[in-house]
Amino acid sequence: MQFEMPSLIPVLPELFLLTMTCVVLVVDLFLKEEQRIVSYGIAQASLLLAIAVVYLTGSREAEVLFYGSIVRDPMGDVLKMAIYLIGAGAFLYSKDYLLDRNLFKGEFYVLGLFAVLGMTVMVSANSFLTVYLGLELLALSLYALVAFDRDSKIGSEAAMKYFVLGALASGMLLYGISMIYGATGSVEFQPVAGAVAQTGKDNMVLIFGLVFVVIGLAFKFGAVPLHMWVPDVYHGAPTAVTLFIGSTPKIAAFALAMRLLVDGLEPLHADWQGMLVILAVLSMAIGNVIAIAQTNIKRMLAYSTISHVGFILLGILAGTSKGYTSAMFYSIVYALMALGGFGIVMLASRRGFEAENLEDYKGLHDRSPWFAAMMLLLMFSMAGVPPTVGFFAKMFVLEAVISIDMTWLALVGVFFSIIGVYYYLRIVKLMYFDKPTDETPLTAGLDTRIALTVNGLLMLVLGMFPATILSVCARAIGSS
Amino acid sequence: MLALTDFLMLGAILFSLSVAGIFLNRKNVIILLMCIELMLLAVNINFIAFSHFHGDLVGQVFVFFILTVAAAEAAIGLAILVVLFRNRRTINVEDLDTLKG
Repeated sequence: MQFEMPSLIPVLPELFLLTMTCVVLVVDLFLKEEQRIVSYGIAQASLLLAIAVVYLTGSREAEVLFYGSIVRDPMGDVLKMAIYLIGAGAFLYSKDYLLDRNLFKGEFYVLGLFAVLGMTVMVSANSFLTVYLGLELLALSLYALVAFDRDSKIGSEAAMKYFVLGALASGMLLYGISMIYGATGSVEFQPVAGAVAQTGKDNMVLIFGLVFVVIGLAFKFGAVPLHMWVPDVYHGAPTAVTLFIGSTPKIAAFALAMRLLVDGLEPLHADWQGMLVILAVLSMAIGNVIAIAQTNIKRMLAYSTISHVGFILLGILAGTSKGYTSAMFYSIVYALMALGGFGIVMLASRRGFEAENLEDYKGLHDRSPWFAAMMLLLMFSMAGVPPTVGFFAKMFVLEAVISIDMTWLALVGVFFSIIGVYYYLRIVKLMYFDKPTDETPLTAGLDTRIALTVNGLLMLVLGMFPATILSVCARAIGSS
Repeated sequence: MLALTDFLMLGAILFSLSVAGIFLNRKNVIILLMCIELMLLAVNINFIAFSHFHGDLVGQVFVFFILTVAAAEAAIGLAILVVLFRNRRTINVEDLDTLKG
């Protein structure tokens, strides 16, 4: 019997990150309390090095490995680099916040790196088994992170809700996968797609499986009607964790949808398109309308996430490479916006004070004109005001939807994003036209200040040159 | 001889029971955890039945992975439960209403 050693080079980024996570885990045991910064340093360095590893080992065309469980393609490479970069940004912003609250522990970085690893496994999955394992690695790390502040009452309650609903969604997804396995006799995407194309669309078991898979997916996205966990988790978790959950997992969720629905179940496009239309319309409607009623900025941003998810789903349901490109662009841009938005929320907080209510942003302009301007750019970008990049993200998605003759859907999207502009501009109004209630100046380390400045200005720069990222996305989608 | 549909019916009944348990239970968080385990086991029955009737081993391999992940999931769930009880002195589902989703 011959045993062939598979080439490990294509999975080098994942292997590297796994090794470094274990290094952080072990090194952290030997550090004294005041040396904790070393774990942070290793975590940051490994994320940045992982970007280089992805870039250096990158391939031009899709390559299926390990008996069909893993795929290495340009789309995955771009998404992985985005996840690593935004993950590193999340660690950077959280550092001061965690230090101020005695939460600066090695476990935060271990769990964060494991979550990032889970996302990248999901991104490079080529079978339902790999998807499931990546998803659970991500989800289990996030459950623990939400309860990271062990003495917080709302933190533990949010973690429990997230856990129960998340496990329910994983169960639904698995049930769907078992049905698809039963109908097609395989768990790898290409054989599944082949079998689905052959047996036709009238197979009840297959449709049954598809419905459950879409339900699980909608939960992971946080799309209405499976969005109940999003505001609670965003509100209950420490802001550093909210930042983490709000940014990179959206890119991973996009990858999950691409792998499951497009790579695996493309022949059923007509069936899942209808389901995604319902999810997208409901998400945009409920997300934008309920966000208006919120007084807590974390809850408001949670509902804003739900509405942005609606837009990402719009791009995916188009089912054309233009649609996928626009959805990919949207998810990366959204992750950047969420990173900056929560970054400002953490900047405005300090030891013993959480800037959670909208009132806390009154007169931010008087306290720190520069960061108020950054927040202005981020809010404009989320609202979709030109010339920020959020406008182009929305425009590309709407273009893709119009090009498949679903103009009514584009109109619905425009209508609800106009409603959404209200609550973003309310923050701008509070920052610029109201008098501050407390005059404490904002304090932050130099690294956070520089990163937030770059993050805010990026909204404007990318808005002027949207083609830079868009062409990368288009090339990645086109060649996979 | 049992047919494939018999196993699928059993899986479906167990799955529905666990989903109903999650939504109807208003007393105890531990029962929620039990329902989640039951749900994963219902999925396992499906996988094994399909695996047997297709004559394909992949389904059984999948089951081993699900069992492993379920163990990790139970560990995290119970850990969160302990934290929750320490903070609130209760594990009654109805008392978990500080956050209104």
